[in-house]
Amino acid sequence: MAEKILMKGNEAIAHGAIRCGADGYFGYPITPQSEVMETLMEEKPWETTGMVVLQAESETSSINMVYGGATTGKKVMTSSSSLGISLMAEGLSYLAGAELPCVVVNVMRGGPGLGTIQPGQADYFQAVKGGGHGDYKMIVLAPASAQDMYDFVGLGFDLAFKYRIPAMILSDGVIGQMMEKVELGEMKPRRTAEEIREQCPWALTGKTSDRNRNIITSLALDPNVQERTNIRLQEKYKAIQENEVRYTTYMVEDAEYLFVAYGSMSRICEAAVDQAREAGYKVGLLRPVTLFPYPEKQICDLVPQLKGILTVEMSAGQMVEDVRLAVNGKVPVEFFGRNGGIVPSPDEVYEAFVKLFNK
Amino acid sequence: MLIIPVQFSVGMKKWTKMKVELIIAGFGGQGVLSMGKILAYSGIMQDMEVSWMPSYGPEMRGGTANVTVILSDKKIGSPILGKCDTVIVLNQQSMDKFESYVKPGGLLLYDPNGITRHPQRKDINVCSIDAAEESARMGNLKAFNMIVLGAFLKKNPVVSLESVVKGLQKSLPQRHHHLIPMNEEAIKVGMDKVVDVNVL
Repeated sequence: MAEKILMKGNEAIAHGAIRCGADGYFGYPITPQSEVMETLMEEKPWETTGMVVLQAESETSSINMVYGGATTGKKVMTSSSSLGISLMAEGLSYLAGAELPCVVVNVMRGGPGLGTIQPGQADYFQAVKGGGHGDYKMIVLAPASAQDMYDFVGLGFDLAFKYRIPAMILSDGVIGQMMEKVELGEMKPRRTAEEIREQCPWALTGKTSDRNRNIITSLALDPNVQERTNIRLQEKYKAIQENEVRYTTYMVEDAEYLFVAYGSMSRICEAAVDQAREAGYKVGLLRPVTLFPYPEKQICDLVPQLKGILTVEMSAGQMVEDVRLAVNGKVPVEFFGRNGGIVPSPDEVYEAFVKLFNK
Repeated sequence: MLIIPVQFSVGMKKWTKMKVELIIAGFGGQGVLSMGKILAYSGIMQDMEVSWMPSYGPEMRGGTANVTVILSDKKIGSPILGKCDTVIVLNQQSMDKFESYVKPGGLLLYDPNGITRHPQRKDINVCSIDAAEESARMGNLKAFNMIVLGAFLKKNPVVSLESVVKGLQKSLPQRHHHLIPMNEEAIKVGMDKVVDVNVL
C-alpha cells in the first residue's frame, strides 16, 4: 500500500494535479486556498513532469489562460476562493459555451463581497445554477476530506474530458485548511501530443492536410446555430444527470429522519447523526458528492421511510432548494445553517434537529 | 478519566485503542500548530486516523493560534469540535475562550506563565506544566512546545514516545533531523515536570 502523508486539503489539490498528469495551473493567491499554488511552486513540477505553473496577474487572467490552454486539449486548471471565482464568471460561461474541459477549484469562504476568510458554502447557487450568463452547467464535485481533494482533481479531469465540460471542485476553508492522511496514487504521465490528437480530435493541435480546421468558439451570430449549440449542451447535461451522480450515505437503512449536507458540513452532520442515534433517534445522512448532477432521485427514493429531512449548510439556505425539488412536498424539509464564516458544531446541528422536529 | 485504554495487539506491536480530541491554543510562535502536527504524525505512525484543523482567521492575525487535533482508531467524522476531551492552553486569551470547551471529566493542561486567571472548573482534571521556565533551563526556548507535548503524553499516553520520534522524522525536513534528540529530551522533561493542580 502506498504511503499515507499528512497534508492539507489545499496541498492535496496540488499533488493531485501533478500526479494525474495535469499540463498547467494558472492562479492568483487568495485565502483560504493559497497553499495550492504554494505547494505547486515548492514541488516544481516543471522540472519533473513538465507541468506549467504560473501566477497570473488576476483571476480574470487565470481563467482566460485556462481557456487558452483548454483549446489545445491540455489538462489545465485554476483555483481560487469565492470572490475570485466571481471574477472568473465570464470565463466559465465562455468555457462552457465553447465546450472546453478544465478543472476549477473553489475553496469557499464567507460572503457576500469581500466577506470573510473563514469557511462558507454560500457559492452553491453560483456553482450549480450558473454564476455566469447563459444556459450552462458545470460538473460540480464536493470533497469532504483531504483525500477527496486529491482524488477529485483526477476525477474532475476525467469527467471534464469525457463530456467536454468545465468541472468545478466546490470545497471550503475547512477542507482546504485541514490536514488529514492522504494516500497518493500512482504518477500518471502527462499525455503526449500524439495522445492528445487521438483523444481530443476537436482540439487546436495544428491543422494537418487530412482534416478540416477545428474552430473553438462560444460565438454564433446565427441564432439557429446558437440554438443547436444549446440543444447539444442540454443533451449533454441530461446524459451527465443520468450517468454521473455520486453520493454517499451514512446509517440510512432504518433512518426516519435524514440529514442532507455536502463537503465539510457532511462531516459535521456525521457526528450529529452519531449524537442523535445515541439519544435514540433514527437519523441518517446523505452526502451529495456531485452537486451537479444532483442525487435527486436517490433522495426521493428514501422518502417513503422518512418523517422529515434537515438540510445543513454554511449558507442561508441554497442546496435546500434542490432537496425540496427532489422530494416535491412529500416530506417536510427543514433547514439549518450558519453563515458569514461560522462553522456550526455537531452539537448545534443536533440541537437544531431536536428543535425543528419538536423532539 | 478521558479515555479508557484497551490494549490489543496487531502483529508484533501493542497499540492502544482510543479516540482523543484536543484543542491546543496559545500565541503565534509558541509552536501550537507544529505541536499539533507532530502529534497527528505520531498518530499516523500508529496507524490511527487523524485530523488537524488550524485557526487561520482573524485570531491568527491578531497573534493567537489554535488547532484542533483528533486521533482515533476509527474514521473521523467532524474535524471541528464544540466540546473536547483535552484543552491545552498557553495564554490567557485561550484560557478565557477554551476552559469551557473541556468535557466534564476531561483534561485542561496549561502553562501558568502569564496566566492571571487560573482555571476555575472543578468538574475537570487540571494540570500545569511550567514549560517556559523549563525550556529556559534547557537553554532552548524552542523546546517549549515539546515540553508541553511531553506533559500531555504523560497524562494521556495516546501515542508512544517511539511514535513521536518516528513522527518527527517524517514531519521534519532532513536538515533538522539532528534536532530530534533534543526534542525527545524536551518531551521527557515535560513528562517529568507536569503537575496536577487542585482547583480550590
